[in-house]
Amino acid sequence: MKLKTQILSLITFITTLILFSSCVNNSNQQGALGGSAAEKVYVAPGEHDEFYAFLSGGYSGNLTVYGLPSGRLFKEIPVFSQFATNGYGYSEETTPMLNTSYGFVPWDDLHHPDISQTKGEIDGRWIFVNGNNTPRIARVSLSTFETEEIIEVPNSAGNHSSSFVTENTEYVVAGTRFSVPIPQRDMSIKDYKSNFKGAISFIKVDQETGRMNIEFQIILPGFNYDLAHPGRGKSHGWMFFSTYNTEEASTLLEVNASQNDKDYIAAINWKKAEEYMRAGKFTEMDTEYAHNVYDEHTHTATSTMMKKVKVLDPAELPGLVYFLPTPKSPHGVDVDPSGEYIIGNGKLSASLTAHSFTNMINAINNEDFSGEEYGIPVINYDASVSGVVEGAGLGPLHTEFDGKGNAYTTFFISSEVVKWKLGSWEVIDRKPTYYSVGHIMIPGGNSGKPFGKYAIAMNKITKDRYLPTGPELEHSAQLYDISGEKMELLLDFPTHGEPHYAAGAPADLIKPNSKKFYKLEDNKHPYSVQNEGETKVERDGNVVHIYMSTIRSHFSPDNIEGIKVGDIVYFHVTNLEQDFDVPHGMAMIGANTSELLIMPGQTKSFRWDPKKVGVWPFYCTDFCSALHQEMQGYVRVSPKDSNIKLSWMLDGE
Amino acid sequence: MKRKHYITLSGLCLALLISCTKVDKAETNASSNLHNNTPLGQASVVDEDSDLNILQVAISSADHSTLVAAVQAAGIEHILVNAGPLTVFAPVNSAFDALPAGTVDNLLKPENKAQLASILTLHAAPGSYDKEGLIKSAQKGRKLYMATGDYLDVTLDGEDVLVNGAKVLATIQTSNGIINVVDQVFLPKNK
Repeated sequence: MKLKTQILSLITFITTLILFSSCVNNSNQQGALGGSAAEKVYVAPGEHDEFYAFLSGGYSGNLTVYGLPSGRLFKEIPVFSQFATNGYGYSEETTPMLNTSYGFVPWDDLHHPDISQTKGEIDGRWIFVNGNNTPRIARVSLSTFETEEIIEVPNSAGNHSSSFVTENTEYVVAGTRFSVPIPQRDMSIKDYKSNFKGAISFIKVDQETGRMNIEFQIILPGFNYDLAHPGRGKSHGWMFFSTYNTEEASTLLEVNASQNDKDYIAAINWKKAEEYMRAGKFTEMDTEYAHNVYDEHTHTATSTMMKKVKVLDPAELPGLVYFLPTPKSPHGVDVDPSGEYIIGNGKLSASLTAHSFTNMINAINNEDFSGEEYGIPVINYDASVSGVVEGAGLGPLHTEFDGKGNAYTTFFISSEVVKWKLGSWEVIDRKPTYYSVGHIMIPGGNSGKPFGKYAIAMNKITKDRYLPTGPELEHSAQLYDISGEKMELLLDFPTHGEPHYAAGAPADLIKPNSKKFYKLEDNKHPYSVQNEGETKVERDGNVVHIYMSTIRSHFSPDNIEGIKVGDIVYFHVTNLEQDFDVPHGMAMIGANTSELLIMPGQTKSFRWDPKKVGVWPFYCTDFCSALHQEMQGYVRVSPKDSNIKLSWMLDGE
Repeated sequence: MKRKHYITLSGLCLALLISCTKVDKAETNASSNLHNNTPLGQASVVDEDSDLNILQVAISSADHSTLVAAVQAAGIEHILVNAGPLTVFAPVNSAFDALPAGTVDNLLKPENKAQLASILTLHAAPGSYDKEGLIKSAQKGRKLYMATGDYLDVTLDGEDVLVNGAKVLATIQTSNGIINVVDQVFLPKNK
């Protein structure tokens, strides 16, 4: 009895000790973790974030700019959609940006931002984005943070496997999600199989100006081309595209495109394509697509309709394209920083498939093929596969890399991010997302040099994450610290529109190049003025051009008479300020358009059709100065047959 | 004497735990959810207005109490409230009862959580398959692709639809997918 008591006392003592020490340990750890989650995302007032993050806006048609780790939204850059906030797509200068072969298309669905690269590393010059609906690729300057160029992609529909750059931004690629008749023609949908085709476009990028030109298209079988990532390092010169619907179904794809056990990753040897182009092995076909360019000096976009495109036929050109069988409708195809592993994320699968580039090349050299599709060799599955991440989760979609030998894959159905190791294919960690994650982004995660500190998971479902705002909710994103062995959830913030992919870069790569204002002396806009002395009003028949200027805190001119009902009046407003962050706005009562928001040194124009006799005010919309409320003017509108002479003035001058 | 010691022991532990928790709470406060052993997931969303989802329908069905217990033991509730599309083949309690004695109890043990999750996942197909869809699959000779990566046979027996040999007893449309009530549990084939 005594012995038992002693033993029990001992046990009590030891247990107490263990509990106490574990409690201390635990609380230390919890304290460190818990306290640091807030600290790690806290960017003190006036301090700057460590990274830029560019999140696609999905159906907003815009690109959003955030800071990491704070999750603060800095800017929304309009790309494919009209943006009344600053007049993009409304102003006379920017409407040509949204011109297409279908006419003016004021909206699109922006999906996959990719920052330009040099030697496989992101270089912060430009960011490319794709419009999914009416196929377009846009280039956004990372100096002005404005859309500088939009090129329409012909023979394409549902421009989804876009817009990814090659190792030195030689090309930005665009692949069609929907296969279509090429060229388009009136035919029965029932005849889809073998008649519809999928076009993959290689758009050459001028290294000085960034200007884009569709160099060639490769016409592939009528599958759906889903995503793409470039080869890099040893696989430089190749581009990889995931496919689904290799069944070539045209109806109820949710069933009919899920029949094949494996679809393909298309491996395209674009250096080989260049050889064939030089050898003249292309066909030039008639087509129509718009090429829209914004000039930073005229502050004006022009739209040119292009009529020809060069196409390559892989069935006739050996060595151009190979298919890598990949299980279950792969969505993302992601290439690790070394360029050796090509990861297929089979969205209906529970596993991930890693092809080895070295194995692929060996298989090609040994002609280790399991068959062909429309003349394109299909590589033996066992020959190219290097490893499988088994049972990692349900519904894998996308993978990014941290540059330390780890990969991070999102799983939609099981709603989690899973960290696993390249080469050993073992799962290291998993963290839930809230809820149903789509893309994940690590700054530089699609390059040879990722910055493996943070990862953002961009989710499709928000539900109860924030204060409710009715049925329509912004999508949620979660920020994880990935610097340790285990991921740590740091922050949860709403995003704008529907982010698909995103791209990120260290702040120092971009910050020094950010433009502060436009130099007035470089302004080559045909209706610009260099000073108030040049402001004037000109009439040409019933068309009136107002050369107007703004400076704190007045318009020049601000009193205009002699305008008549039925006139077409253009306000061309030059902001004479030459100072950082002093935009002026301009709005006219009854104008059937948006306001203008004019940056220092810039000229913007809108059209106003005066319909009513009277005296009508205009004003500055941006609180520019203490006397902002004084920044206004009047236009006198007289009857159509009036004899009032055209006149304008500022303070009687 | 013995009892006394136990009381002392548990009392001490409890006191320690409480103090421990207090410290944690004070220090973590803002991020207490993050370090919880069972982080909140989509199944925890409070929503009494929307149509019932697969999980909620299963919970409300007395004839699926074994299945629900298994889903909870496997920790896969969140998957059943996902946007899907999901089709779940839900064995009735008698289907579990028909398994060899001790099977269910064994699977419900914490150490068999992964195996249980894998068996349950074999009952979910990514896609929407109601009874008509299953009949069509059977007629066209299509197999049913399950979330585990396995393919199950769909066959017809007179008026009945059989999936992996199990009879579909009823089809229920839920807010996030379809439940087909079946009379047998699907067990993985030995690979």
